[in-house]
Amino acid sequence: MKIFIEKEKKEIKRKFQGRVKDLLKELGINQETVIVVRNGELITEEDIIKESDELRILSVVSGG
Amino acid sequence: VKCSLCSQRAVFSRYCKEHFTEYFEKKAKDTIRRFRLLKKSDKIAVAVSGGKDSMSLLYMLHKHGYNVTGLAVDEGIHGYRDKTLLTLSEFCKKNKILLNIVSFKEMLGKTLDEINPERPCSVCGVYRRYILNMHAKGFDALATGHNMDDEAQAIIMNLTRNSIPLLKRLGPVSGTGTGFTKRVKPFYLCPEKEVMVYSFLNNLNTEFTECPNIERAYRLRIRDMLNDYELSNQGTKRNIVEWFISIKPKLKVRGSHSLCKRCGEPSAKEVCSACAMAYFFKEIKTF
Repeated sequence: MKIFIEKEKKEIKRKFQGRVKDLLKELGINQETVIVVRNGELITEEDIIKESDELRILSVVSGG
Repeated sequence: VKCSLCSQRAVFSRYCKEHFTEYFEKKAKDTIRRFRLLKKSDKIAVAVSGGKDSMSLLYMLHKHGYNVTGLAVDEGIHGYRDKTLLTLSEFCKKNKILLNIVSFKEMLGKTLDEINPERPCSVCGVYRRYILNMHAKGFDALATGHNMDDEAQAIIMNLTRNSIPLLKRLGPVSGTGTGFTKRVKPFYLCPEKEVMVYSFLNNLNTEFTECPNIERAYRLRIRDMLNDYELSNQGTKRNIVEWFISIKPKLKVRGSHSLCKRCGEPSAKEVCSACAMAYFFKEIKTF
């Protein structure tokens, strides 16, 4: 799965299948601080994601 | 995951796009009513930076028929403010919203980059507030995009510093004394994440931008701490804010503000911070 982490401006590849909240936990990201977009559409932390999905993790906090 | 109110796909918690929008806007409208922030007949200046919070506020108030004008301050931070102001100008043009951009250059004779102070955030904060207040005159209210996370952080910061005068200035309504235009925060009870979702769903600016001068180490630590607590104890931030609302009337602050003897703007001291700073940075124009 391709994951773009906006705040760090980096793209990573990871093998994962399961709930969004569990992926965020694995990545060490607090779900309060991000929203997750799959193929351009916003998804919830309870949604199930699969290997072929492309995700964008957008930071909720703004910087000044 | 499906929306709990219809058969559409949920985009946030248990809401689809349409029901989330309804839920979010109702929360902001309830806040406006609960604290009597705005009237439909008010002439409102909305302090806008081009970021998600202020853009969402401008968009929402305009959508619901409020008489709004965007008021932006261009501090002159190269590679940062120029970008956010461009997004903002395009947005206002598209939505036929009046936008007034006031720059440090025209007000102070120098941009923030040119002043290049040792502690840019303190200088920027003082002048931004000063300029916004000055240009909000003639409006019934100055609305800002502060959200519940901003407020909870500010409460905890002032609490840990035992700064009651600064604590007293917080709240959904402030600046009601002489020389001020009333400041209101319609997103006061909206978590930052919900503002982000609203902003994303309405194609407003959600791009992560960070001021290159950022020096808010303490606030960032408080922010991370509150987000950690929120994850394990849902409602923490809301509880902090509600607690503050209930105790604010009981906070006693000695002394009252008057007007600055140099520029005539509101000030807690004889000479306001903006004039004191202008004296310190001798090359800045005085007011």
